[in-house]
Amino acid sequence: MTPAAGSEAYRTPVRPDPTAFTIMPRRHYGRWLATALILLAIGGIVRAFALGQIEWSVVGQFLTAPAILFGLVNTIIMAIAAMALGITLGVLFAVMVMSPNPVLHYSAKGYIWFFRGTPLILQLLLWFNLALVFPTLGIPGLFEFRTVDVITPFMATLLGLGINQGAYTAEVVRAGILSVDQGQTEAAQSIGMARPTIMRRIVLPQAMRVIIPPVGNEFISMVKLTSLASVIQFSEILRNAQTIYFANGRVIELLIVAAIWYIAVVSVMSFGQHFLERRFSRGQANRGRGQ
Amino acid sequence: MSLDPRQSAQTLLSARKVTKTFGSLTALDAVDLDVTRGEVLCIIGPSGSGKSTLLRCLNQIERFDRGAIWIDEELVGYRQDGDTLYELDDRAIARQRLACGMVFQRFNLFNHMTALQNVMEGPVTVLKRPRQEVRQEAIALLQRVGLSDKHDAYPAQLSGGQQQRVAIARALAMKPKLMLFDEPTSALDPELVGEVLTVMRDLAASGMTMIVVTHELGFAREVADRVIFMDGGRIVETGAPDQVLGEPSEQRTRDFIAAVLS
Repeated sequence: MTPAAGSEAYRTPVRPDPTAFTIMPRRHYGRWLATALILLAIGGIVRAFALGQIEWSVVGQFLTAPAILFGLVNTIIMAIAAMALGITLGVLFAVMVMSPNPVLHYSAKGYIWFFRGTPLILQLLLWFNLALVFPTLGIPGLFEFRTVDVITPFMATLLGLGINQGAYTAEVVRAGILSVDQGQTEAAQSIGMARPTIMRRIVLPQAMRVIIPPVGNEFISMVKLTSLASVIQFSEILRNAQTIYFANGRVIELLIVAAIWYIAVVSVMSFGQHFLERRFSRGQANRGRGQ
Repeated sequence: MSLDPRQSAQTLLSARKVTKTFGSLTALDAVDLDVTRGEVLCIIGPSGSGKSTLLRCLNQIERFDRGAIWIDEELVGYRQDGDTLYELDDRAIARQRLACGMVFQRFNLFNHMTALQNVMEGPVTVLKRPRQEVRQEAIALLQRVGLSDKHDAYPAQLSGGQQQRVAIARALAMKPKLMLFDEPTSALDPELVGEVLTVMRDLAASGMTMIVVTHELGFAREVADRVIFMDGGRIVETGAPDQVLGEPSEQRTRDFIAAVLS
């Protein structure tokens, strides 16, 4: 409070010179304790694996075995193909769900309902055994194939993983589209853009910023989900590792080989996701991790 | 007013009995309006009076329930065959929207594009014109709105006034017959209002037909050829700026102007 006019003159209070102080940083005792406990735990785990019944030389030997590398390539190809199918279907069904046309809306809702409502492994088995229901595929009179010729393990896996993924990606894409302000659409309309162009040029590019982190996450899941296809004889990395350990009995060593490759692929992808996110955050104020 | 709107060469826009309801609320109540070529028309009125809705109906961003609008002798939103009107499809409506440029209260620049890309987007993507030619025009337009040094800036890096000037350039790039402004300065900090009004003043002086929904009574008095006061979805009063703003004949207009100036 400053004194009222007419009272005695205001005197500046006397304070010590702040430059004379020494500042002691705060001690983080909790951090030291946590560090010690975690180092202890890591040490224990490393020791257990070093002393356990694991032939590390076998791991090294099979890490680059042709059957394993072949499985690795199949895993990568399948993850990319299934994800491409999933994203395509996801965008398509997201746009359909948001359509004012009730037929499109409810058929897309039904698709999402069915494929999110059943286990993926069951869907894979259904696709693989499609020949039991439909011995032939095609349009009668025009062309026909025997189902067993078309639905190879590769096709069954691609359809199973891709169509299931589409149901999840549709919801992610829908959230992304909803995140774009309605004013963007109005502005695009005002310069004469038709609906499909608005979606492609204005809304989807901005929705990507919201869509990419979860889709990147799902892509990483997809790499690992391909291992489910081992039950329908698709020779991806896990199935090939199993085939080898059925023969030589080195179960843990070959599972470790597969684990190393999964981690390697996922690490490379996480790196790629980071760059994609940067690309699509153009024009946005810097967001993300606080300092 | 008894003249058939499609027979007057001087008339660019006619609206007859345009009505729009949102649920139980009547946003537009049988609005009649004529705008001649080169005219600058300012629409004033309290919020909720229907002035923005009218503007949005003119450009088919909003659908109207009844009535008809003609822009440059073309019926808006419908194809006419005798006394039957057929609703136009999305593409035909998009083509009709090319007649009007629109400037929004919240700017609505495309956030993922630079200022120059925003201005070029319409001519390149919609009109399919050659990129190099469009680029030259876009550069000239940005210069016209005083933003020659901001070609590569994204909207987030521009002030509100700069964004609104880019938005005006973006609308002009489509060479519209008519410019619609929906409260173009209402979202701006007070010190940025002037730069946008300056651009609009120049545009009016160049002979552009403009419909401006605004609360800037000073601008309306100085630039408008005619001022309309709307309230409750109806046009309450229309006339020369000095008359409507200076000596309004309706009590509601007087009350509104007194409230804005106080």
